[in-house]
Amino acid sequence: MRLILMSLLSGTLFGIGLALSQMTNPDKVINFLDLAGNWDSSLLFVMFGALAVTLLSFSKILKRSGSLFDKQFYLSNKSAIDKPLIIGAAIFGIGWGMSGYCPEPSVAGLGLVNIEAVVMVCAIYLGFFAHGVYQRMSKDS
Amino acid sequence: MENFTPYSALFGGILIGLAASLLLLCNGRIAGISGVMGGLINTTKEEFYWRFAFLIGIVISAFLLKHFQPELYHPREHFPIWLLASSGFLVGFGTRMGNGCTSGHAICGIARLSMRSIAATSTFMVSGFLTVYCIRHVLGISV
Repeated sequence: MRLILMSLLSGTLFGIGLALSQMTNPDKVINFLDLAGNWDSSLLFVMFGALAVTLLSFSKILKRSGSLFDKQFYLSNKSAIDKPLIIGAAIFGIGWGMSGYCPEPSVAGLGLVNIEAVVMVCAIYLGFFAHGVYQRMSKDS
Repeated sequence: MENFTPYSALFGGILIGLAASLLLLCNGRIAGISGVMGGLINTTKEEFYWRFAFLIGIVISAFLLKHFQPELYHPREHFPIWLLASSGFLVGFGTRMGNGCTSGHAICGIARLSMRSIAATSTFMVSGFLTVYCIRHVLGISV
């Protein structure tokens, strides 16, 4: 129960941060990605703000033997910079630039009762599913 | 640059950083949205509940903020649905393949000084820049 409440609280903070910083405004995201146009660098400050906190806190938190309520940390143990990482990130960037939506504002957009967010979330799950199929096919061959 | 909003962006970013720190400190989890979304399907009850609660928190806070600060909300009209749907598909496929998105890699991963996350973040930033460049300045589509 504690885990669920903390998740809810963290998600709520996260959502307020997203909306205040206007990450939820896809036009603003596209203007951030438009270096050659009327560049709006605001979203760089979102990353600065978030990293200023996490760079300090994560190293302290991860020195603990485990998390407060779950006794352990669930971290990726991958370290190789491999093809799927780079190709996947490149594909994600293309999708991000096309609409101005990454997964965060797509979820927040559901709360804004925005039809674009509904389309995004459905299409994202379709992409997840397609990747599952792709993985099974590449394992078989 | 009339739309330049560094202070609200910085403040919003700090809240996002605090949210990610809280989830790691209390639950030991990384606040990567694509990972949280992906883990909703084919999973155990425990895994499902915390993920769902996290996402519901985002949805509820956006909903409440829209009511108290409607000026933050800029709905877009007439954005082509085919472009939106293909964008979402690529976002879903790409984040699964690359194990993360803007939150998981750019905020949590870089904070762990993970070389993978630094490489992924640089890659999706550059491909995002190039995509917008192609759409706006090569194809001349302004939506």
